[in-house]
Formats: sequence, structure tokens, C-alpha cells
Amino acid sequence: MARAISNRKKIMWTALSWGIGLLIFFPILWTFLTSFKSEATAISDPPVWFFFDWTTQNYSDVLERSNYPLALMNSIIIAVGSTLLGIIIAVPAAWAMAFVPGKKTKDVLLWMLSTKMLPAVGVLYPLVLIAKYFGVMDSRILLIVVLMLINLPIIVWMLYTYFREIPGEILEAARMDGAGLKNEIIYVLTPMAVPGIASTILLNIILAWNEAFWTIILTTVNAAPLTKFISSFSAPEGLFYAKLSAASIMAIAPILIMGWFSQKQLVRGLTFGAVK
Amino acid sequence: MATEHSKSSARLMIAPAVFVLLVWMLVPLCMTLYFSFADYRPMRGTFDAWIGFGNYASFLTSSSFLSSVMVTLQMVAGILLITIGGGVALALLLDQPMFGQGIVRILVIAPFFVMPTVSALVWKNMFFNVDNGLFSYLWKFFGAQPYDFLSQSPLLSIVVIVAWQWLPFATLILLTAVQSLSSEQLEAAEMDGAPGYSRFWYIILPHLSRAITVVILIQTIFLLSIFAEIFVTTNGAFGTRTLTYLVYQRVLESQNIGLGSAGGIVAVILANVVAIFLMRIVGKNLDT
Repeated sequence: MARAISNRKKIMWTALSWGIGLLIFFPILWTFLTSFKSEATAISDPPVWFFFDWTTQNYSDVLERSNYPLALMNSIIIAVGSTLLGIIIAVPAAWAMAFVPGKKTKDVLLWMLSTKMLPAVGVLYPLVLIAKYFGVMDSRILLIVVLMLINLPIIVWMLYTYFREIPGEILEAARMDGAGLKNEIIYVLTPMAVPGIASTILLNIILAWNEAFWTIILTTVNAAPLTKFISSFSAPEGLFYAKLSAASIMAIAPILIMGWFSQKQLVRGLTFGAVK
Repeated sequence: MATEHSKSSARLMIAPAVFVLLVWMLVPLCMTLYFSFADYRPMRGTFDAWIGFGNYASFLTSSSFLSSVMVTLQMVAGILLITIGGGVALALLLDQPMFGQGIVRILVIAPFFVMPTVSALVWKNMFFNVDNGLFSYLWKFFGAQPYDFLSQSPLLSIVVIVAWQWLPFATLILLTAVQSLSSEQLEAAEMDGAPGYSRFWYIILPHLSRAITVVILIQTIFLLSIFAEIFVTTNGAFGTRTLTYLVYQRVLESQNIGLGSAGGIVAVILANVVAIFLMRIVGKNLDT
């Protein structure tokens, strides 16, 4: 009897959760469906749901008749480039802070975090000026450096929290067995650190991919990533919903999939260890 | 274990990260500070390096500053209200026994990964548009007059768009906190006959208070610099000009660098007020 009631309850919770989940997901679902409609079907009154002539025309239109391929390439280069550059700078720092903590370690970590809280508009014009001075406006390298800098505090923090979980005793054990520093790093620490580094890379590619202040302001065409490309996506009269949808789906699909894999890291990475 | 040698190499390993962040923070910020005391309007060829606090005076006393602060506060408050309220409810819901929990989580979390320009354009065109938006069909279906969201209630429209993007973040963090609540305590309260709402009020909510504080602070820091959603939808018109957007317009659209820089410094100071509280919480957590 008790089992029956709890089952009924479970079904009730299931229905409610699925309903709300689908409601929240709906804008993405609708965009997905619209991307396979013809422009006329996309704005038909009343709206059509599943039963229409599915077409991939919009995707080929967007791919062929716009700057989409360039924007996609820029997004990939900027997101991956800024993340890797950040990792190269952050790994030694996080490593040292986790394994050789000093009195100032906590202050340094908090100070790094404080740079993340600097509002972008506070440094807006100087950055434009510096970029123009070096002739790097609308270049990928500028975006790689700027996005690396705004995400560096998060990268250091995430790596630090991962590295801190590696037990220090294991190092002593390796040392007792006569492992040198080089062997210690290659055979003992690296395998234990790789999962943390991988999660950090994943989350930061997502953050860099979706960054939409500097990417919009510092680029025009040549280095414009998908955020900028989409922001300029409009047609004079209504008939562009299907193409907008196709472009949108292509812009968010890869990151959506990566994001689903990085749910756990998201909490760790964006709360700086304040919620566990 | 930490010898002098390892300490000095540790310093060397931290140095690059500290150096780039120091340069990144100090150089542009000092330049902004410098410009904020200058009359600098490149379009007109004006440059007067020192005009004292003139820019601050005119920025702080202008009606656009006051209204931008009000708009910012309303926007942030509205988004926080929806995301925290909805986030607590969703976190408790997702914690219940159900079928396909993993899939529901994936559905709920998805909006966070949609880039701001995409979500703003999709909502603007496919939902809010008065002629072809889904909401118009819905309104007509119930026999109501279609409503032009972005020109009638622009602020609310932007709040809805941004809240949709941040609800997953709040939910995920609050869910993490809910799951760390001991079920024994709840069961004991249930056995003692405590009704649902008092269990929520006296046990669950106090347990969540820390996570809620963290969510509020982190979101506030990100929300203070909302940009793309405004850029794509209203471009700052119809009373949706936040402080961030006002500074952006002063600097890049009207090219009044001095005035804009003073505004930038004001924005930095306001953001720091929030940041200090967040740092305290994070700092406390580092010790344990």
C-alpha cells in the first residue's frame, strides 16, 4: 500500500517536473523546429508544430550566403585559443598555490577574484585606444588576449580547487621511492590533475564562446565570432525567422552539448568554491 | 615540506598570472581615471587634460544618470526575484523522486548555455514580436489584443529574457545546496508533525540561505554589466538604459570620453560595493 502511494506521488512529481522542464526548454525547442520550416511556414497563423515539410534549406542558405563559416571559425579560434593561453598561465600558478601555500596565498586568490568583478565599462575606452594603437582592432589575437584575461581568475580558481584535492602524502610517498621532481610531475601528479584541467578547459570554452560584450565591441567583420554575427542578423521585413533559427541552432548546438557535460563543474567554477 | 627553494620557485610559478592580471587591471583603469578628469572629445578635437571634477559633477547630476541607476536597480531586482524564487522552487522540485530526473535537469539547465545575442534575438522576434511572435498568437487564441512587449513593457521584456538565461544557474547551485541537506532532520520534523510550509520555513530555507546569498552576489556582479540583451533588443531606448549602457553610449556613441570615463569610474565603485560582500563570504570559505 505504501509503495502504491509513493509510486503515485512519483508519477505526479514526474509529470510536474517534465512539464516545467519542457516549458523552460521550449524557446530552444521552438527555435530548433523553426529552423526546419520554410520562411512562410515559420510565421504561419496559427503556428504549426511538427507537421510541416521539413527542410534543411535554411542551413545551407546560412552556410552559403553569409559570413557564418568565418564567424564559426573565429568563435572556435577565440574560445579555444583564449582558454589554452589561460591554462598555460594558470596551471603553474594554481599548482604552486595548492602545493606550496604561503601566507599570502589566500590574499592573492582573493585579489585575482576581485579583478573579475571589475565592470567592463570601467576599462572600455582605454582598451579600444590600446587596441587601435597596436593596430589590432578586429583581430583574433586581441580577442584571445582579452577573453583570456577576463577568464583567468576563474581558471586559476577552478584549477586551485581541483589541485587542492590531490593528497600531498602521495608526493612524499613518491619521493621516498626515489622519484625526482620531473618523474614526480610526469608520473604522479599529471595523471591526477588531468581530469580537473579538462573540466576547467571545458567550462572556459563555454564562457568564452558566449562572451558578448568585448566580442561585440572589439570586432567588426574579420574577427567577429558568432555572438557578433548573430547580433547583426536581421532582414528588413519579417521573413527571416527560419534562417535566424538555423543560424542560432548552429551557434548554440556545440556549446549546449558541452554544457550538459559540464553541469557539475559549473557550480564549482562559478561559485569559487563557496557552494559545494 | 616547503623549503626555501620550493618557495622561491612557487613565487616564480605564480608570477606570470599575477603580472598579467595586474597590468590588465591597473593600466586601463588608470587611463580611465586620467580621462575622467579631462575634457576629451576626439570628434571635436577637444582635449583639456585637467578640468577637475567637472565630468563627475555633470555625470552624477544628469537626469540620465539617476534614471540609469533606477533602471539598473529595477532590472537587477526583477531578475533576482524571478531567478531566486524560481530557482528555490525548481531545486526543491528536482530533488523529488521522479522518472527521468537526468533529462529534466538537462532541459532546465539548457538556457544558460545559449549565447546572449541568440536568446535576445529569439525572444525578440519569435516570442515578443507583435505581428508574428508566439505570444501574439497566444493572446489572440484567448481573444485578447496582441501586446507589443518590447515597446509597451521593454524593461519587463528584458528582465524575462535575462531571467530565462540565469534561472538555470540559480537552480543548479540551489539544487547542490538542497542535496546536501540531511534527510534525517527533515524526516524527524515530519514525524514530529511539522507541516510542509513550516519544514520549508524553519529547516530548508535557513539551510539554503548561504547558497542564496552566493547566488545573489554572483548574479548581481554579472547582471550589473548586462549588455548584449539590451544592445540587440532596444538599444537602450524606451527606458532600458542601464548604467553600463549609458557609459557605453557616452564613450563610443557620443564619443565624450571624459564624461564616459567618469561614469565608468562610478560604475567600478558601485560594483565594488557588491564585490566586497561576495569576497567576504568566499574568503571565509577558504579557511575551512
